[in-house]
Order: sequence, then structure tokens, then C-alpha cells
Amino acid sequence: MNAKRLAPLAIVLALIAVFGVGLTLKPGEIPSPLIGKPAPTFELPVLGQPDQLLTLDTVTRQVSLLNVWGSWCIACRVEHPLLMQLAADNVVPIYGLNWKDEPTAAQRWLQRHGDPYVASGQDLAGNVAIDYGVYGAPETFLIDKAGIIRHKHIGPITEDALNNTLLPMIRELQAAS
Amino acid sequence: MIPELGHFALCLATGLALVQWLVPTAGAVTRRWRWAAVAQPAAVGQFIFVAFAFAALTYAFIVKDFSVAYVAANSNSELPLMYRISAVWGAHEGSLLLWALMLSVWTLAVSVSARRLPSDVGAIVIATMGAVSVAFLLFTILTSNPFERLIPAAADGNDLNPLLQDPGLIIHPPMLYMGYVGFSVAFSFAIAALITGRLDTAWARWTRPWTTTAWLFLTIGIALGSWWAYNELGWGGWWFWDPVENASFMPWLVGTALIHSLAVTEKRGLLKSWTVLLAISAFALSLLGTFLVRSGVLVSVHAFATDPQRGVFVLAIFTFFVAGSLLLYALRAGKFQSSAGGIALFSREGLLLLNNVFLTVAALAVLLGTLYPLFVDALGGGKLSVGPPYFNAVFVPLTIPLVVLVGLASAVSWKRGKMERVRSQLWLPGAIAASLAVVAAVVAGGQWMAVGLAVLLGVWAIATALYDPVKTVLGRSRVKLGRAAWGMSLAHIGLGIFVIGVGIVSAASIEKDVRLNIGETESLGGYDFTFMGVREAPGPNYTARIGAVEAARGGQTFAELAPEKRLYPSQQNPMTEASTHILPWRDVYVSLGEPLEDGDVRGAWSLRLYVKPFIRWIWLGSFLMALGGGIAASDKRYRLAGRKAVPALDNTAAAQ
Repeated sequence: MNAKRLAPLAIVLALIAVFGVGLTLKPGEIPSPLIGKPAPTFELPVLGQPDQLLTLDTVTRQVSLLNVWGSWCIACRVEHPLLMQLAADNVVPIYGLNWKDEPTAAQRWLQRHGDPYVASGQDLAGNVAIDYGVYGAPETFLIDKAGIIRHKHIGPITEDALNNTLLPMIRELQAAS
Repeated sequence: MIPELGHFALCLATGLALVQWLVPTAGAVTRRWRWAAVAQPAAVGQFIFVAFAFAALTYAFIVKDFSVAYVAANSNSELPLMYRISAVWGAHEGSLLLWALMLSVWTLAVSVSARRLPSDVGAIVIATMGAVSVAFLLFTILTSNPFERLIPAAADGNDLNPLLQDPGLIIHPPMLYMGYVGFSVAFSFAIAALITGRLDTAWARWTRPWTTTAWLFLTIGIALGSWWAYNELGWGGWWFWDPVENASFMPWLVGTALIHSLAVTEKRGLLKSWTVLLAISAFALSLLGTFLVRSGVLVSVHAFATDPQRGVFVLAIFTFFVAGSLLLYALRAGKFQSSAGGIALFSREGLLLLNNVFLTVAALAVLLGTLYPLFVDALGGGKLSVGPPYFNAVFVPLTIPLVVLVGLASAVSWKRGKMERVRSQLWLPGAIAASLAVVAAVVAGGQWMAVGLAVLLGVWAIATALYDPVKTVLGRSRVKLGRAAWGMSLAHIGLGIFVIGVGIVSAASIEKDVRLNIGETESLGGYDFTFMGVREAPGPNYTARIGAVEAARGGQTFAELAPEKRLYPSQQNPMTEASTHILPWRDVYVSLGEPLEDGDVRGAWSLRLYVKPFIRWIWLGSFLMALGGGIAASDKRYRLAGRKAVPALDNTAAAQ
């Protein structure tokens, strides 16, 4: 056996090491500059009750989740059962940011799949989403009582992300306040 | 009940695959031939159970059994039957099952023909394929069970991703998988050669048709994917250097190199350990593709819904097979005795070696470009992406010499080429290529250089490949061409056609984004496009907005184009169906954009207009390459292989 014949093996082992590291990284996860910063304020008509307004002050009465969703968004359905579960267990209030949606389609969607939200704000033009740096639905922000964004989850919330990241953070923040 | 039976069948198949792997291996090592003989019946049994599991899942889709989670996630009560069947492989779990099914089909085919192999070689080949089966069946059962129930059952399904609701995508994945999985046969032969220490002409003859067949499926699969992207994405492009496209292209490049190095190994008994290394690499790259697509380490438009646990599992499979086989290679490849005498550069084998160098470097360049973002991220350098400019800049210069070599090698004989034969055989093809290139350059005008070069190279490949067939047809040849030679000529003609298509499309396509009111006309490249409005029409499970665009040239309307936007209730983003008018030398292509006046369907629309010269040649060329591969693989000398001792160098069919 000579070194020349070992070269392919060495190269592949190096590649495997990189892949191993790669698996621990999340390519879809672009760090949000908003984490640790005050959440942008907003005033949006409430879905279903457009004469009422949902504001950041309502959201920050408790440690809350702000979930960006739309009836047009398929991935939102993937995380929906988890949100329903969270709401049913009364773990944390969830507010919706109904992003660039038709209000009637949005309401029909909630009737069909269930409504986990305390309230959803209609962001018809998507301006609030721009303030929050949203670039795809679903996205979920964890906001504490001081109005600081503590965490941002991009994409559908998975069991794993919920149990290992979101829930521990929520409990910690709830205990602190 | 049926889904549970399917799941059970999958478990039984795993057990049989385990038997198919371990018992013959033990038999071959301890020289107990009755153990080795277990390989074939185990392979047959494994096939039966995997096929049953696949049928059970298909049945669940056909009868709309939304109590199966996978069916509920990827089908819908309104989905037409054709797409309910293709939805079986529409997402991760089912496509893995398809992978397993294809693997068991290949194994069955190998085990049927294994009677012609020496018993130890046959046993090791089937056992190695059994090991691959075990890995993928376990992966399916443990991380991606398609038969998992959904309790309570969904009232209706989530629907198949509308992007996949297209005839091209029904057959694209199965073809690709046939190719990927097919390389496991060459891989298994390589393992058998390493373990037995025997690698001779007969080995190369057994391996060649399997490799060529896998390669031809991969060729068709990639071409179909490209054709689909052209029709469905509405960007008029046919190749995007997306990581997943690259994942299928790398095994293709290495597989192409392998086909050619196998020819050298068969004819001259040379390049043995290199051929084995290529056989391992082609399959390794197929596994790598699986890893990249299913682990989520790279961002791509068509990555599957990903899950880190699955990524770890595929990486483990990759490590086991690739690192394991390369370790075996490091330990054993020194045993192969190459035939006496080195390689002269000016000989068929010398030029094929050069071909291998270029193909391998091209594959490495694609690999580097694909993985570079991952390397940078893994080293803490942040996120970035490598785009088409890199690939085009690196890839094009590497492929030009390949096409030159194709023509040259056809006139250079094994062992030592003769200058006078090269001259007498190549002056005519060279002259034809040069004169057509000049004509094309004059016609092309502004893009004369790129178009001229494409025609020069393409016609060179075609004309040189035609030399032997034409001579035979005219009755001027002393030797009779075998199917392998006919197939090779056809594949090289396909390559020439492909090169002409790619070169001209890249250089001379024109496009325009326009805003048109009803009745307005826009001109592009001598064609006039008149927008006649948009109507709405229902489809089986979508509503369509169908545009009407009249295409005219010189005042004569020659086509009514109907580009569509389809809205699926499950999805907000509409799907694009471009509309094309096709002639052999150009496509006129229109895709419908958005209504520009507050969603008013009757107002102005944005439209994209393209004129794409010679784009059909890309797919025609690819198809001819695949067809050539099929004809070559059916050469009767492969079927006779192993029945009689074959000398290492056989001069009767000088053309291969």
C-alpha cells in the first residue's frame, strides 16, 4: 500500500468531516439583527374585527409569540398543529401577523384548520413584515414583556425547535418576569 | 390494513437484504459455494417484498387513504389519478421507497445474469448490492416510514406540490434514480474485483453494459429535468447550476469517464485501478447527491423537506460505503497487474486517458462550486452562494478540448496512432466543420465568435463520428461494425448536436420583458407578438388564466400561443406554464407574468418573450446520447462475455 492509493480515502474523510460540521449548521438560518433589540411598533386592524387594533403594547402584556402566517402559505400548515397544541395547553399567548393575505381567505383558513391566535393583525401591504425583516412565512418571533425580541425562528416550527429552543426560552422569560 | 402489510413487507425485505449481503459474503470468503448460492434467491425475495411495499403505497394513493400521513401530505381528493400515482415518489419518504425498488430491480437483473459470472464474483456483486439495500431500507424504515398512520385521519389531503404536477416530472425522478442506483452495479463489480484481486478483460466486459445502461438512464433523467425547468419555470433557461442539478451532473461526468476508461481496461488491460476508482466515485457521487438533497446542508430550490436526523443517517451510509470501499481500494488496488507496456499519448488509450482527465477535472470543478458555500460556512466564513458565472467560466474551457478529442480519437488506433491515417480520415470532417462554422458565423452576425466555435466543435464531433458508419454503409469497410460501434457513433453525434445547441442558445438567445395592453404588439428579433387578452378556465384541480398571444413574422401570423398561470387552491404562488412554438432551429417562447393594474385580468399584463435558437438540439442531442448508450449496451459480445476466454486485445472491432 502506498500513499498514492490512500489519497482518495484521505480526501473523502476530510469531506465527511466538513459534512458533519455542515449538518450542525442551518443554511436557511440567517441571523436576524433584531434579536436583543426592541420589537418594531405596529398598529394593525384585527382579523375578523377590523374596527379594533392590534398593537405591540397588547403583545407585550405577557411573554408572547408573534407568528407570521398566511392562508397562502403551505409551510404554515406544517407548524399549525404545534401552534394549536401550544394554544390549547395555554403555554404562551400567540399573536398572528397575517401577512399579505385576503382577510376572507385568512378567516376561512382559520375556520378550517383552527385558530391558535389570541388575535391576528392584518398586514395587508406587508409594511410591518418589512419592519420585522420577514422574508418568508412562517416566521416566529419570541418577544418578552419589555418588548425585546429574544428569538426568531425561520420556517415551520418543528417539535425539536419547540422543545429544545423555544419552550426553554419561554419558561426562562416567564420565570424572570 | 394494506399500509400495515406494506410496512411489514418492507421489514421482511430488509431481513432478506441482510441475508443477501452476509451469507454470500461469508460463503465467498470461506469458499462455501452453497452459501454463495443463497445470493440469488435472496435477491429475488427482496425484490418481491419491496415491490409489494411499493404497490401497497401506490394503492393507498389510488384509493385516497388519507389515514396514511404521507398520502395525506402529498395527495388530495381532487388530484387526477395520474398524479396520485406519481405522488408516490413526490416527496422524501416515497422517493426513498422508489430508490429501494429500483435497487432491487437492478439486483434482480444482475442476479439473473450472474450465472455467466464466476461464482465468487457473482456472489460478492450481489452481496454488495444487498448491503446497499440494507442501508436504504433501514433508512426508510427508521427515519422515513411512508406507511405511518395519521390519527385521526385527515378529511382531505394537503395536495401534491403543484410544481410536481407535470408529465415531465412523473418520469424525471424514476429515470434519475435508475441512473443513480444503476451505478451501484459498477460499484459492486469494483468491490468484487478488489476482494478477489482479479480484474481482467472479462471483468471489464461484464461491467461495461451495466455501467452504460445506468449512464443512459441518468442522461435521460437529467435531460428531462432540464426540459421541465424550461417549460415550467418560465425563465426560458434550461440549466441553472443549482446544487441539486449539480448533484445529478457529477455522477454523470464521472460515469462518462468510467465508460471510456472501461473501454481501455477491456481492450488493453490498462488503467485498472483507475477504472475501479472511477466506479467507486460514480456511486459515491450518487450517494453524495442523496446526502445533499435530503440533509438540508445546502439551500436549493428542490431540496426535500429536511430533517437533521436524516442527514446524519445518510452521512453514515455515505461514510460506510465510500470510506469503506476506498479503504479496500488502498489495501488491494496494488494487486492489479496492468498489461505490459505503458501508454503512448498518441494512441486511442492515450487520448481516452486525456478524456478522463478532463471529465474528472470538470466533475471536481462542479463539486468544488457546489460545496464551496458549505466549506466557507463550516469554517465560519458565513453564508454565500456560487453562481452560474463561476460554473460557466470553469466548465466551458474544460469541455472544449473534450469535444476536440472525441473527433481525434476516432482516427487514432490502439497502442500507437498513425499520422497518415489521422490525416486521411480527418481532413474531410475537419473541412466540413470549418466551412459550416464560417457560414454560421456569417449568419450569426454579432455573436459570430461563439456561434462559429459551437458549430465548428459540434460539426467536428458529428462528422468524425459519421466516418465509420458512412464507410460501412457505402460498403467500403473491411470490418463489420458491431452494435457497440454504432452506439458509440450515435452517442458522439448526439454530443455534437448537444454542443451546437448549447453554444447557439447561450450566445444568440434574445429576450424581453414587456408590458402589454390588449391589442398591443411588441417586436423581438423579427417576430411580432400581439397580446389578445387573458381568459380564465378551470382545470381538474386548479384554475388557469390563459393568455392569448399571436406570434407573427413578416405580417403572417404563424402561431397562437397560450401561456398559462395556474392557481392551485393549496398554494398562493401561481405556477407558470410557458407556451412555445417549436421549429427545429428555434423556439418562440412566451410566459405570462402578472396583471399590472391591481390584479385586473382585463388590463395590461407583464409578459416575457424569448426567441431561443437551436434549443431543441440540447434535448435531441441528449436523447441521441442515451439511445447510443442503449445500442452499445446491447452489443452481443457482452452477452457472450464469460462463456469463452477472451484475449486482452481484440482487433476485430477497431472502432471502439
